[in-house]
Amino acid sequence: MLTNEAFKTMTLKDAMTYEDKSALVERSVEIIAKEDKNIRAFISVNKSPNIGIPIGIKDNMNVKGVETTCASKILKGYVAPFDATVVQKLRENGFSFVGKTNLDEFAMGASTEYSAYGPTRNPHDLERVAGGSSGGSAAAVASGEVIAALGSDTGGSIRQPASFCGVVGFKPTYGLVSRYGLVAFASSLDQIGPITKTVEDSAILMNIIAGKDEMDSTTVDRKIDFTEFIGKQFPKMKVAVATQSFGEGVEDGVKQKVREFITLLENFGHEVAMVDIDDLKYAVATYYIIAPSEASTNLSRFDGVKYGLRVSSDSLRDSYEKTRGEGFGDEVKRRILIGTFTLSAAYYDAYFEKAQKVRRKIANRLSEVFEKYDLIITPTSPIVAFKIGSVSDPLVYYMMDIFTIPANLAGLPAISIPFGKVDNLPVGIQIMGPRFSDAKVLGFADSIERQLR
Amino acid sequence: MDNRYRPVIGLEIHVQLNTKTKAFCDCSAEVFDLEPNSSICPVCTGQPGALPVPSHEMFELGIKIASALNCHINLYSRFDRKNYFYPDLPKGYQITQFFHPLSERGWLEVDGKKIRITRIHLEEDAGKLLHSGDNITKSDYSLVDMNRCGVPLAEIVTEPDIESPEQARIFMEKLRTILRYIGVSTGDMEKGAMRCDANISVVDTITGKQSNKVEVKNMNSFKFVEKALEYEFDRIVQLMENGQEVERETRGWNLTTKSTVSMRSKEESHDYRYFPEPDIPPVVLDSEYVEKIKNSLPELPDDRLRRFVNDYKLSEKDAWTLVEDKKIADFFEEVVKQTKEPKETANWFLTELFRMISEHGEDKIHINPTHFVELFQLMRDGKISRNMAKDIFQESALSGKMPSEIVKEKGLEQVDDTKLIEDIAKKVIEAHPKEVEGFKNGKEGLFGFFVGQVMKETKGKANPKTVNEILNKFLRGV
Ligand SMILES: [Zn+2]
Repeated sequence: MLTNEAFKTMTLKDAMTYEDKSALVERSVEIIAKEDKNIRAFISVNKSPNIGIPIGIKDNMNVKGVETTCASKILKGYVAPFDATVVQKLRENGFSFVGKTNLDEFAMGASTEYSAYGPTRNPHDLERVAGGSSGGSAAAVASGEVIAALGSDTGGSIRQPASFCGVVGFKPTYGLVSRYGLVAFASSLDQIGPITKTVEDSAILMNIIAGKDEMDSTTVDRKIDFTEFIGKQFPKMKVAVATQSFGEGVEDGVKQKVREFITLLENFGHEVAMVDIDDLKYAVATYYIIAPSEASTNLSRFDGVKYGLRVSSDSLRDSYEKTRGEGFGDEVKRRILIGTFTLSAAYYDAYFEKAQKVRRKIANRLSEVFEKYDLIITPTSPIVAFKIGSVSDPLVYYMMDIFTIPANLAGLPAISIPFGKVDNLPVGIQIMGPRFSDAKVLGFADSIERQLR
Repeated sequence: MDNRYRPVIGLEIHVQLNTKTKAFCDCSAEVFDLEPNSSICPVCTGQPGALPVPSHEMFELGIKIASALNCHINLYSRFDRKNYFYPDLPKGYQITQFFHPLSERGWLEVDGKKIRITRIHLEEDAGKLLHSGDNITKSDYSLVDMNRCGVPLAEIVTEPDIESPEQARIFMEKLRTILRYIGVSTGDMEKGAMRCDANISVVDTITGKQSNKVEVKNMNSFKFVEKALEYEFDRIVQLMENGQEVERETRGWNLTTKSTVSMRSKEESHDYRYFPEPDIPPVVLDSEYVEKIKNSLPELPDDRLRRFVNDYKLSEKDAWTLVEDKKIADFFEEVVKQTKEPKETANWFLTELFRMISEHGEDKIHINPTHFVELFQLMRDGKISRNMAKDIFQESALSGKMPSEIVKEKGLEQVDDTKLIEDIAKKVIEAHPKEVEGFKNGKEGLFGFFVGQVMKETKGKANPKTVNEILNKFLRGV
């Protein structure tokens, strides 16, 4: 008999060979029923899920026949007519879709506070945020409600909540995982990835969800075995630690954990060097032009004509304005306004075009670093999970993404692994590699994780 | 219209490409007259999470058009989003090529003048609105039919090189001929497979002053292109003569009032916030692939025209009439191959065949090259007269019967039997002594009367030449 406690700590690897799959689903449903009242990781729960390995799906990915809300009022009642490619792959591999997890509306946020369904709470401290935007997925995995979950990462939305909740979050190289069926936030930055209890679980999930998809022309045809280096003795690596890890805005406790991590790496025989990646200081500004620009047009389809919320009115224009005015939350509106401005003919060159150039510059600078080093290390987040409602200044909020954004701008693989706690709150370390070095990044993270156990 | 004012016209033409699938999904692109919303999917209806995947065939047809219009083809092209809100545009943006079009810098010759093509780019069509009232503002509700959403279009933009409304129409007609030749579109303006917007300004050749540009839309036939531009030219000239400002605006051709009506002014024009479509990587074409498509093009109308003039010794006007419709031109060449008489064949095409087609419709005509061969042979042998040949041709064309068969069936064979005609002539002369008398007294015109009588007796089958000879012998003694 599988106990709730045993289920909560069960890895995906173990679940895959666990024979009584219906017991897995029963435990998951039971734990969600009992504990999600407090954590609120889920927007919707499937009352009679199929038998399989319980997995949480961020509610900006389509599961056929189930509502996709994107945590927005504007999509209320929208039932997805097709499976996202990743969901279809999970279905074929015997997973069970027990529920859709909470997020910041349309994945715009870093705390899951900007959800029309209310904030998700951090399982380590219910007063605090779970991070975001994939906060629901991270909290669901951290609390043991599901075996694993999928998130989406546009500027850190997988890694940062994983870090806040003390679990593993992996953002793959752009193009390895199909975005078909993921409601687009910023198409050139979005990437789906796993949130799991172990690095190995992330690698296993990647083997299932990755691959060229003829429905997404931005996917690439690369045969990668993501578990290639899992459990293997890892050779001596040259690791760059960004000096920015100790810069302004990074909490002392987090800095201390990075120092400990460096010592650990050196003890394991890796070569560690401090590298000043000055261009990172442009990353946040660049991101907050490109992402809203893309978002402003990606979200144009929510106009009340075809699906979701429609506020009827006498005139078409009025109906558009009322539907979008009532349907979108403040943070989404803020980004649509920014993006509409930065794409307008008069400002296109000054903002969007320039941001594209800086984006290439940042990517080139990171490539330079990777000519000398195998991996780049930073904290995942400059801070640990903060109290719900404590951050109101959008600029302070946006700066939290400083370490995670570069991987999205450059399309690189990056993982956040838990590395101890500060004041009882988890800290995550981010490991970033060159494009398509996903298996190596996972393998390296796995080797550290194993030695920490 | 005096010659002081000269119109300056540029065209923007949307051509529906007859690909199997839509531009970015697998839905069928043949949507004309379909049940509303029956050729749609998550992609072309803008469902959340759906992504566009560009069709190869769309590029193939685009390259064909670009080649036929002498355009430079960009091996690197990219899609962009054109953002605006309208219920027939499910994504809230149209996928088009703004920054890096498929092709640029071409030309099309009209009336001996090269009209320059600025660019040809690929894009997707929008859907259709069905209003409960006359238009969207006067309707209680409107319904959206998304069948047309995502149907691939090639947009052809010309330089303002067109010098008259008539030339604009001829340009459009010639373009349609080319599109049909290369098999990329039906080119039916009435069915919306080819749509034309024009911009027109007017130059005062005395002062050198040029008016503002006016955009004209809704011209859904070749005739209306000419009519609307004529109307607009007159309107602008009128304003200029009155010293009034010509407003920069978009005007629509109104079918019932036969005039153009203001749709929106420049101030109301959109900022489309063009930006690179992040869901589709840039398209890099292989130069060999482009060459292969170029080489697969059939002979183009202008080349064929030249060949018809040179090889068949036809006038340019006659040659173009034959060339304009590829099916006709192909058939003409097939017939000529067998009759070896291009001039005569062309005559029969331009008069009899075209008349038959316009009277009965193309699908009622069952004529083939051997019909022509036989018909010509019968005439050459003197077995039928030219007039009889026309009747036989008509019957052949409608029934598919061979001319010789018809001649036999109806006993139409020309009577060329001298003995028989002599007997008949004798009888006619005997029966009309008064007329003989008259003729001998100098009424030369009565000769025709005798010819007519002989023909009547032979039911028109007598060879007129023989009848003449015999009557001359009997009446004049020559
Ligand atoms: Zn479709």
